[in-house]
Amino acid sequence: MTTLTMTTLDPRSRAARRGLSDLSIRNLFIIPTIIFLIVFNIFPLLYSLGYSFTDFRASSNAPANFVGLDNYRTLLNDPFIWSNFAITAKYVIVSVTGQVIVGFGVALLLNREIPFKGLITTLLLLPMMLSMAVVGLFWKLLYDPSFGIINYAFGLGRFEWLSNPDMALYAVALTDIWMWSPFVMLLSLAGLSAVPKHLYEAAAIDRAGPIYTFFRITLPLVAPILMIAIIFRTMEAFKTFDLAYILTSQPTTEVISIRLYKMAFQEWQTGMSCALAYIVLIMVIAITNIYVKYLNKVKER
Amino acid sequence: MRNRITGLVAGLGLTLACSTSVFAQELTIFWAEWDPANYLQELVNEYEAETGVKVTVETTPWSDFQTKTFTELNARGSAYDMVVGDSQWIGAASEAGHYVDLTEFFNKHDLNNVMAPATVKYYAEYPSSSGKYWSIPAEGDAVGWSYRKDWFEDPKEMEAFKAKYGYDLAPPATWAQMRDIAEFFHRPDQNRYGIAIYTDNSYDGLVMGVENAIFSYGGELGDYATYKVDGIINSEQNVKALEMYRELYGFTPPGWAKTFFVENNQAITENLAAMSMNYFAFFPALTNEASNPNAKNTGFFANPAGPDGHQFAALGGQGISVISYSENQEESMKFLEWFIKDETQKRWAELGGYTASAKVLESEEFQNATPYNKAFYETMFKVKDFWATPEYAELLIQMNQRVYPYITAGQGSAKEVLDALAADWNATFKKYNRVQ
Repeated sequence: MTTLTMTTLDPRSRAARRGLSDLSIRNLFIIPTIIFLIVFNIFPLLYSLGYSFTDFRASSNAPANFVGLDNYRTLLNDPFIWSNFAITAKYVIVSVTGQVIVGFGVALLLNREIPFKGLITTLLLLPMMLSMAVVGLFWKLLYDPSFGIINYAFGLGRFEWLSNPDMALYAVALTDIWMWSPFVMLLSLAGLSAVPKHLYEAAAIDRAGPIYTFFRITLPLVAPILMIAIIFRTMEAFKTFDLAYILTSQPTTEVISIRLYKMAFQEWQTGMSCALAYIVLIMVIAITNIYVKYLNKVKER
Repeated sequence: MRNRITGLVAGLGLTLACSTSVFAQELTIFWAEWDPANYLQELVNEYEAETGVKVTVETTPWSDFQTKTFTELNARGSAYDMVVGDSQWIGAASEAGHYVDLTEFFNKHDLNNVMAPATVKYYAEYPSSSGKYWSIPAEGDAVGWSYRKDWFEDPKEMEAFKAKYGYDLAPPATWAQMRDIAEFFHRPDQNRYGIAIYTDNSYDGLVMGVENAIFSYGGELGDYATYKVDGIINSEQNVKALEMYRELYGFTPPGWAKTFFVENNQAITENLAAMSMNYFAFFPALTNEASNPNAKNTGFFANPAGPDGHQFAALGGQGISVISYSENQEESMKFLEWFIKDETQKRWAELGGYTASAKVLESEEFQNATPYNKAFYETMFKVKDFWATPEYAELLIQMNQRVYPYITAGQGSAKEVLDALAADWNATFKKYNRVQ
């Protein structure tokens, strides 16, 4: 069927003169990509699934033994792993909610005629363009209780942002919000500018209040694109590693990817860490699926 | 014409031959990024001048030294010929066949007697007391303490201290005295704090800090020969030692929850703390006025004794090992033969390296060279180390997981923490069939 819908090659083109058919050109473009995908993504994915049922350690010469579901059982019975998951969930909720509120709020402010709008938008996008590691190192200095500028600016004295176990996760989330709100802002701005103006005019004629207009016109129309931003940020927040790793080493900020890294590359428990990676993968797919279902529902409205 | 072509080909051939032979005369040593690695580069430059063999010391930050080394070793890579690896790695690296067995070399040169006994025991031998050696002690190191002489010798402070505690203010001889002094100088309102200790739980910082207390309190981490831990890691002494470390944490500067050698030197240079724990390898920076404005007022002392007079310190430092996958093993062995010579070891110490050579350590010249060399010499004969079994990384992470929340946030009691740790370690040893 696909060959029928494909546009045919111009018989005067160089490719046609060389005797290349439509099909061979398509193959020329697609096959390398597929091979690349199989070699670097699909193959390791399946291979590591196999490893997750063994006690393989990449650091030793000992042969891998099949242990069945032992790795999964051990991991799901480990209270430390559960606490890692709880921390990750808390982090995702705080950080994504924060980003949506700040990002969407800024987008609303920017969605009007103001001078230097382009410049302001560009400047607001800067944090997003920095490297995670650089942001982590900078914020570590900003949070420093002895000479950090945050405590100085807000008159907080010697408040310990990162070494206070109850505060550290929020401090990491705050940094993430600072960095990624612009992303939500950018998508929201695109959504906002696509809302037809005549809807607002009609609402104004009917004397609808600003809150009513927001909840009945703006939000429903921006929702699909906002959902896409939320999906992206949730997946990213779930996988957060660099920021949390650089900023602090509190057990209360040990998100699941840090535990996974330690297990795989410090302890070299390759089999066990493959199993953990699969558990994380399944969770991310499940959460994303829920979002996508919801997104489709929003779109239908 | 034909001659010219022949000449050209011959020239090309010669160039190729030369370049390959030059290539074979190069050695690469892998180490962490710190001052001693720079000193080693200076030392090996002299080897190049002598023999024409170019040796490069390649480095990476401490935080990923372990990961990078083992990634390379597990991939059986030949990028490095030798590695100056941490003492706790020998088990993992020797059992997996990453390191070349140096037993013959060791015996031939009688290194058992040439190098300080503790360095042989912890940097070179695995399994414990087996007579099998995997590395040549290169950089001896242990934990010592620096302190602010000007604060300690201020007559007003001395008087106030004596009035409060009933004995003279001086560098502490015991952990109990150290606690008193830390409490005495802890004045948050003046931005002055009592003590700086290791708390970083991302690698072995916190654990080595705690080891200093445990070993001096007469405790042990376990029986390294039989893998018995219950009743040893959670012994009475260890509980007391851990409680002491927790108490000292109360006298640290604010935000002292992810600190290792960098922060602990800053505690002295930035006028934050009266005393600071650190490896001897980082003390040269404290005596240098360019890096420490308080250089003239900085003194040093060895890790104090515990309540029963035991006095030990946590071992740092590394031995140099030949990597099995290196294509220049023979050349590496020649280099090691040069490295262990007395003259080389003496020169190594002069450049700032911490030699493990007993003869150099014992010499008057070495002991008087810096304000801390004498303390270093004394310490190097009473050091103890962490587990060196292949699964040490798991043991380390388990200890961090249990001990860190107690030290920095006071969660649980020392006894509970150590009991839980004993159970974790036991389970790990069972998993690897070390115990039944």
